[in-house]
Order: sequence, then C-alpha cells, then structure tokens
Amino acid sequence: MNEQIDADALPPSKGLFEERWVLLKRNRMAYASFWFLIALFALAIMGKVLTQNIVVFDPKIVRLSEKFLPPLTPYTSKITPKEDAPIMGIYLLGTDELGRDVFARMMEGSFVSLTVGFVAVGISLTVGIFLGGLAGFYGRVKLGFITVDTLIMRFVDIMLCFPSFFLILTVVALLPPSIYNIMIVIGLTSWMGIARFVRAEFLSLRDQDFVVAAKSQAIPEWRIIFIHMVPNAIAPVLVSATIGVATAILTESSLSFLGFGVQPPDATWGNILADGKTFLFDAPWLTFIPGFTILFVVLAFNLCGEGLREVFNPKLRTNP
Amino acid sequence: MINFIIRNIWQRLVLLVFISIISHSVIHLAPGEPALVDPSNPRMKAEDIQRIRAAYHLDEPLHVQYVFWVRDLFTGELKSFKDNQPVLKKIWDRFLNSVPLFIVSMMMIWFLAFPIGIKAALSRNSVFDRVSTFISYGLISIPGFFLAYLLIIFIVKTFDVSVIGMRTFGLEEAPLLFRSMDRVWHLTLPAMISAIGGMAVLSRYVRSQMLEVIHQDYMRTARAKGLPEDQVIYRHGLRNALLPFITMFGLTIPGLIGGSVIFETIFAWPGMGRLGFEAILARDFPVILTLTFFSAILVLLGTLISDILYGVADPRIKF
Repeated sequence: MNEQIDADALPPSKGLFEERWVLLKRNRMAYASFWFLIALFALAIMGKVLTQNIVVFDPKIVRLSEKFLPPLTPYTSKITPKEDAPIMGIYLLGTDELGRDVFARMMEGSFVSLTVGFVAVGISLTVGIFLGGLAGFYGRVKLGFITVDTLIMRFVDIMLCFPSFFLILTVVALLPPSIYNIMIVIGLTSWMGIARFVRAEFLSLRDQDFVVAAKSQAIPEWRIIFIHMVPNAIAPVLVSATIGVATAILTESSLSFLGFGVQPPDATWGNILADGKTFLFDAPWLTFIPGFTILFVVLAFNLCGEGLREVFNPKLRTNP
Repeated sequence: MINFIIRNIWQRLVLLVFISIISHSVIHLAPGEPALVDPSNPRMKAEDIQRIRAAYHLDEPLHVQYVFWVRDLFTGELKSFKDNQPVLKKIWDRFLNSVPLFIVSMMMIWFLAFPIGIKAALSRNSVFDRVSTFISYGLISIPGFFLAYLLIIFIVKTFDVSVIGMRTFGLEEAPLLFRSMDRVWHLTLPAMISAIGGMAVLSRYVRSQMLEVIHQDYMRTARAKGLPEDQVIYRHGLRNALLPFITMFGLTIPGLIGGSVIFETIFAWPGMGRLGFEAILARDFPVILTLTFFSAILVLLGTLISDILYGVADPRIKF
C-alpha cells in the first residue's frame, strides 16, 4: 500500500535513455529523419537480398532495345525476352543508357552507398577511439623524452595539415580501383576529430571517482578503458559519427564524379549520378533521381545527428 | 609575444618536415611508377624505361629520392615528370588563376553568412530562423557537382551567357566593357558555387555563437543601463561572438587548393585544384608532392595567423 502511494506521488522515474528518447521526439525534424533512416536501412537490406536472389531485380541486365525509357513506362517490348522483364511489368524509375532498370540499380546502390558510409565511419571510429583513448589515458607516460600524449596529438596535427579531399583523391587514384580501398582511405583520413573528442573526454574522466574506484579494485586497464570509460565518452562521438556517414556518402559521390569512385558493375548513388549527368538533357531522370536521393539521405543523416547533439548536450536544449 | 611567435614558427617548421616525409613516402610507396604510366606502348622498351627512371632518380632508394626532391624544391630546379617544366612556375601560374576565384568566394561567404546567422539568432524559432536552418542543411547535404549542373543550366538558359572557362573564346577584339562583363559572369558562378557550402556552415556557426552570447550577463547589464538595442547587439554581443571566427578565418586559407578540385574541373577553370587533379592522372609526383607541401604550409600559416590574431583581439589571452 505504502509503495503504491509513493509511486503515485513521485513522477515516474525515467532512465537516461528514455529521457533522451522523449527529447528526441520533441524535435520533429530529427525524429522524422530518424524513422526515415530506419526505413532506408530496411530498404537497403531488402534491395541487397532482392537484387542478389531474384532474377527480375538484377540490376546488371542489359536490354539495349529499351534504353532511355522515362520513369513509369510499362514494359511492352517484344524483343526483350520475357524473363528479363522488370518487376510488375513497369520501369518504375525508367532505364539508363544500356537499358538497365534504374529502380533495381538504385536498390543495389542503397546498400553499397550505405556500406561505404558505415564502413568508412567504422574505421575512423576505431582508429579515433583507440588513439584518442591512448592519448587520454596514458597521456602522462613518457617514451624517452616525449609523452604519449604529445606524440599522438602531434600526429593528429600532422594529419590535419593534409588537404583531405586532395589526399583521398591521390591515394585512391594511385591504388588499384576497388570499393574497399575507397572505404579504407575515407576512414583513415577522417578519424582526427574523433580522436580529439575522445581524448578531451578521457582527460576529464580519468580522475573521476568511478575510474579511481575501478583502479583500486585492480580491474585490468583495458577493462577500465573499454567497459568503464568509453561508454561515458561515447555520446559526442556517436553524434559526429552520424554526420560522418553523411560526409562519407558525399565524398564517395564526389570521387565518382571524378571517375575514381566505386567502379562498375557495382552501383552506388554516386556513380549512377556521375554516369547520368552525361545524359542530362536526353534523360534527366538519370541525374535527378540519384541526385535527390543523395540530398534527402544526407539531409536526414545531418538532421538526425544535429538532433542527437541537442539531446546529448543540455546546453543546446531549447527549453532550459 | 615575440618569443611566442618564434616558438610557434619553430614548432610548425618541425611539423612541416614530418609532413613532407609522410607525404613523400605515401606517394612513392603506392603501387605503380610514373615510368610505367603507359605500359602498353610498344615503343617503350625496357632500356627506355630504365633511362627515364635514372633521369628522375626513380631507381634510387626512397630516402635518397626524398633528399633530391627537397634539394630541387628549394633550388627551384624541380621539374615536372609530365612536360619537364619547372614545377614552381607551373604552380605559380595556376595560383594566380585561383586567387580571384578564392577571394570572390571568400567575400561571398563572409559577407552573407554573418547577416543571415545574426538575424536567425536574434529571431530564434521564427519563420526566418526555421527556413534558413532548413535551407542551409539542404545546401550542406546536396552533392556539389549536382547543384553546379543545375545552376549552370538555369543561368545559361535564363541569362544567355556562357560560364565555362575563364573567358569566352573569340572575344579578345570586343570592347572593354564586353570583355569585363564576360569575365565577371565567368567568375561569379564558380565562386558562388564554391561559396555555397561554406556559407551554409558558417551561418549555422554564427547563429550558435550569437545564441550563446545573447544570454550572457553582460548583455543583460547593457540592456539594464538603457543602451539602445542595436548597440547592445553589435557592440557588446557581436564583438564577443566574433572571437572564434578568427580561428575559422585561419582555417579557410588552405581551401585555396583542396576545396576547389571538383568546381575547377566542372568550370574548366585552370586553377591549382585542377593542376593537382591533372598531376594525379599523369602520376606527376613532383607536382603532387609540391602541391601537398604547399597546402600544408598554407594550413600552418593559417593557424599561425589565427593564433597571433587571437592574442591581439582577446586581452584575456597572455603569451
């Protein structure tokens, strides 16, 4: 009985996660982009499965008699064999210069583009958290005449001096063309901001009571770093990672424009757009469909990241 | 102050040495040599390749090549692999073409971002704030070359002017007025498109800085004294909000090279970004290396200038 009264009188206790979820919901744009992105992930995975396993969805089928059909053209050709017909007998987003179904290519491209974005950000997160954590946690340790912190942070300074897009372009152009090289290079040139974030967080965390308590219990240092400290420092990092995915997708499309992006037959939004721009006047949908897709997806990542930043940083909230 | 500057310059010189070593090894360790750029050419015999390699020191060990590169760079003897022209002169010619584009786009960024950001911060949550926020996110998110194509088509169709290249071919005999108008059209569009991304980012940044300053105690004090609102905002608020932009200004200087590859390619503008791109295609290592080195110098110079300006502008910072 007593417990019942207490529960009624006090506001329901909320976990940290729940509280932030409510805050995110209040920011309608960020909330909408969040669900948009979830839907997009589902679509990308579906696209991957469908384009690999179902013949009618194959984005690589060339139908030369059917090229440059505008979107929503029904399939009526007598030359193309029946088994190459598009799904539901209609070219939802038209066909390109080789008569490939743009809808199928966009479906395949969603998966590849998102993979490029996420793997690149994954690499930069790994390197950034590792080096930032080392600099923050073992910063005072001396290696000869120089501290670990100085060594790592000077290396970050050096990396920041390279013009990033020019460096990416140089390395991607010199290496043999492959989708993995692009992910790795984008990842390895964008970890510096994350390393700085993590180091700053670690500097303030390493003398706090819970870390000292963990040390006093002789918990191994890797456990202190990864189980105790990283979760406390991860929020701002995840926010910048969200925006990093958007940047990586844009970088990939810029590389595609210069001809160094993901190479055919793999389709990404970037190289569909870069190939389509040649036919801007004859077949505008080849430019506008991938162009606006990139715009909306990158916008959703940016808005979602910005919304998360507000949620995690109490100073930025609208109603203090 | 002098001590601070000297120490800073010294640190940056050390960084520069490391940067040159790293960029030299990254580029030379990548697979594929310049001598092998055309392996299918039947007229290239093994001894020709050997001669080319010897002429450009490509048969030496890496550290010897590095020493040769540094020596040639500082004596001005460095020659491009592609056409045997002096690298410094090539870069200088392209630099002169890039500078007007850079200055015009910087002016667009700084003169437009500030009014938009301040207005958005002062009328927080108004229609203007929401619309400008949404538009700037849109402009950050759009692939630059897609937007450039749309704008080129729009401008060319509406105003019937040509915008590709630095000037219209065949107008050399035209009167001065025509020629200068032609130059202005050719300059405006590329500058505008390279400015758009920076403008969107900077106006967001101005807005958040102003929002932070607006709620400070000294702003309330200034209002309590009965100062006119304009003076409160611009004398007390803006001047304090401006400080971080000194850093931003220093960081924009390297955009002269790195940020311009795509737009210079689209507009066939013979600037430094395109020189770099052409050098990458031809595996012209001396040009790539020197451009990277040059842009690292620009970055370090930019941060040095912003450090010094910060000290001058903010009396709380002591050297």
